Amino acid sequence: MSLRGSLDVRPGEDAHLVLRRATVLDPVAGIEGVHDVVLRDGEIAELAAPGEAAVEGAEVLEAEGLHAFPAFFDPHVHLRTPGHEHKEDVETGTRAAAAGGYCGILAMANTEPPVSTAADVAALREQARAGASVPVGFLATVTRGMAGQELTEMVELREAGAVGFSDDGLPIVSARVMRRALQYQRLCGGTIALHEEDPELSGEGAMHEGPVSAALGVAGIPSVSESTMIARDAALAAYEDARIHVQHLSAAESVQAVRAAKAAGVKISAEASPHHLCLTDEEVRSLDPHRFKMNPPLRREADRQALIEGLRDGTVECVASDHAPHQPEEKDVPFEQAAFGVTGLETAFAALHTELVLSGTIELGLLVERLAGGAAPFGIERPSLAPGSEANVVLCDLGAEWTVGEDGYESRSANSWCAGRTLTGRVLVTVAAGQVAFRLRSFSLGVAA
Amino acid sequence: MKHLLAIEDLSREQIEAILDRAESFAEVGRRDIKKVPTLRGRTIVTLFYESSTRTSSSFELAAKRLSADLVSVKAAGSSVDKGESLKDTVATLSAYDPAAIVIRHPYAGAAQMVAGWTPAAVVNAGDGKHEHPSQALLDVYTLRRRLGTLEGRRIWIVGDVLHSRVARSNLIAFQRLGAEVTVCGPPTLIPRGIEELGCEVSHSLERLGEAEVVYALRLQNERMRESFVPSLREYAASFQIDSRRLNPRQLLMHPGPVNRGVELSGEAIDSPQSLIAEQVAAGLVVRMAILYELLAGGERPAPVGAGDGAGAPTPIGQPA
Repeated sequence: MSLRGSLDVRPGEDAHLVLRRATVLDPVAGIEGVHDVVLRDGEIAELAAPGEAAVEGAEVLEAEGLHAFPAFFDPHVHLRTPGHEHKEDVETGTRAAAAGGYCGILAMANTEPPVSTAADVAALREQARAGASVPVGFLATVTRGMAGQELTEMVELREAGAVGFSDDGLPIVSARVMRRALQYQRLCGGTIALHEEDPELSGEGAMHEGPVSAALGVAGIPSVSESTMIARDAALAAYEDARIHVQHLSAAESVQAVRAAKAAGVKISAEASPHHLCLTDEEVRSLDPHRFKMNPPLRREADRQALIEGLRDGTVECVASDHAPHQPEEKDVPFEQAAFGVTGLETAFAALHTELVLSGTIELGLLVERLAGGAAPFGIERPSLAPGSEANVVLCDLGAEWTVGEDGYESRSANSWCAGRTLTGRVLVTVAAGQVAFRLRSFSLGVAA
Repeated sequence: MKHLLAIEDLSREQIEAILDRAESFAEVGRRDIKKVPTLRGRTIVTLFYESSTRTSSSFELAAKRLSADLVSVKAAGSSVDKGESLKDTVATLSAYDPAAIVIRHPYAGAAQMVAGWTPAAVVNAGDGKHEHPSQALLDVYTLRRRLGTLEGRRIWIVGDVLHSRVARSNLIAFQRLGAEVTVCGPPTLIPRGIEELGCEVSHSLERLGEAEVVYALRLQNERMRESFVPSLREYAASFQIDSRRLNPRQLLMHPGPVNRGVELSGEAIDSPQSLIAEQVAAGLVVRMAILYELLAGGERPAPVGAGDGAGAPTPIGQPA
C-alpha cells in the first residue's frame, strides 16, 4: 500500500512540480540518469528527457546538478507524544523528518502513557491527520504499559490502525511473553520490532563495555547483552514462523546473529542507526552526554565496520534514525545520569553521505537504497521513482556544506549527535505522498530570483 | 593549569611541579605557625556529594593553611536534597565568586561539567569511578619521598579495580612517572579492556614478589551481594595482602578507609613497611600544592611562605 493509504498525514494539495534536469537515482527501480521529473496528481507522472517536460501549470525547480532520490523512510522515531510534548510532538517531529528528506516515519510507542490501547492509536492518528507534515505510522506496545507481562489487545490495536508492535526502549525480557506475542501475531499480523537487550547483562551500564569504559570507570553495556537476545528471539521466531524486526543493531556479534538467522530462513529484518554507522565509543571519552549517550551505545571500530558490512550484504536492510529528543535539563548532567538518546532525523542523510559515501566506504546508490529500506519490513510500499508510483521524492544538493545546529532545528530538541559538525549534502525539497513537505528556504528564494 | 580534573590531562612535568611545590609546603608544616597568607581574601568552596573523611578534611585544612576563606557544602542537608540540579547549585555557589570549587560527585565527568559552568578553578576530588587525581598525586608524592624516583619501579595495584577511581588515577600517574604497573584481582573486578591502558593484568598473587610497591584497594562489603565475589572469606583467601604474602622489602599502600581483615590483614596495616599514615600526611601538603598551583602558581616561581611575595594577591586595604 502507498504511504497515503497506509499511514496518516495532514491533507494538502498535490504538488505539480517539475524538477528540471535532475540527476535521478533509484537503484531498486533501476533508474539512473538526468531527467525532468514530473510530479502531478500525487504521482511520479513522468521521467522526461532533460529539458523536455511540459511545464504548463507546474512549478519548475531548476535542478541541474542536483540529485533526486526516492524519499527516505524511517522506521524508528520517537515523537514523544503523548506525555512528553515538551521534547517533541507530531508536528515538530514530522517537520524534522521532512527536513531530513523523509516521506514517512514510524513512531515508537514508549510514550507516557505508552500506546497500548485502540483509543491511544486513534488519538494519535487524529493528531497526525491534523498536523503531520509527512505520513506517520504508529506502533503499539507488545505488552500492556510496556511492563513485559501481559500482551496488549493486538487484534483490536491492528484494527485501530497500529502499523506494528514494539516495546522499544525496553526489551521483552520474558521468553514466555515473547513467544506468546509471536504466536498471537498469526491472528493480528503486524511486524514486531524488538529492542534487543538483556538487562541482566546491561546492568547500570551507560556506554559500551571495553577499553574506553575501563579508562573512564563508567559501567559498560557488553555487546553480548544485545546479541544473545537477538539469538534467542530469532530462535523463537523460527519456531513460531513469526516476523520480527531487530531495531538499532550496534554490535558485530549482533550483525552475525541476524545474518545467521537470515541464512536459516527466519523472517527477520534489521536496522542500523546513522550514529552507530559513523561514530565509535572513542567519542565517549569526552563524556558529553548531549551527543554521545544513547542506547544501544556507540561501540568499537570493528563493530562499526561490521554494521557497514551488514549494510552492504543486506543483513541490515535499512537505516533508522532512532530520533530520540530530550530537553537540556535531561542532558546537562553528568554522563551516567543523563537520559539515553540523540536526535537524528534532520542529519541522517547528510551525515551518512559525508562519513560513508564521500569517504568512499559505500556507494551513493546503496545509501539511497538503505535510507528507503525501512518501509518494506512493516509491509509498507517502498518509496520509488518509477513512473506511476506515489510521489515520494527528495531533492538534494550533494555539494552543499552546512553546520548542524547553526540555524537551529525543526525538532523541538537540540540533542543532535551531529551538533556542531560540518556536513556535506543537504536536503532542498521533500515531497511526501504527493505533497511538498519541506523546502529549504534559501533554495526556494534562489528559484524565485 | 586552570583546573585539576584528571591525571589523564597532566604531563610528567606538571605532576612533578606539584610534587615539588608540596615538598616546600612540607617545610612550612614543620614550623610553629603553619599558615601562609598566599590565598588571603580568596574563597574556596568544597562541594561534596559523597561522604569523605580524608579528602574533604585535608582540602579544607589546606585551604585554611593558605589563608583562604572556606565554604564547605555537603549535599546532604543542602538544597541538593530539595532536588536542585548540579548546574544550578554551581551557579548559586559561583555567585560568591570563589577562586576554586573542589567537588566530589558520584558520577564520572561531573567535575569537568562544573568547569564549564563556573569561572572558578575546579578541582576534581573524585568523580564516580573515573578519577581521583589528588589521591594519585599524594600517592606518587609519598612514593617519591620514599623511593627517590618511580622510574622503572614495579607497582602492583591489587583488589577491586572495577569500582575504583583511585586505581584509574594511580595507574596513569604511576606510569607517567615511569613505573611499570600490574593490576591484580579476580576477573569479575578487573574491567574488560584495562590492559589497553598499558598495564599488565594478573588474576593471582603468585608473582606478587616481583612488586616493589603493593597498592591495595578497598573491597566493599556489598560486592558479595552482586556476585562479584562469592564471599569475603574466599576473596581474602585469594587476594588479601598479609605478612605471609608481603615480603619485608615491599612497600604497602592503601587509599583508606581500610577494611581490616579483608583486603589487608591487621599486621600488614601496622607493619613498618606500610605507608598508609604517610599517605594521609601527604594528603595535606599535596592538596595545598594543588590549590597553590591553580590559584597562585602558574608559571611564576613564587616563594612559599615568604610573606606577601610575588605570588600573593594585593593585600587587603590597598587598591587592587
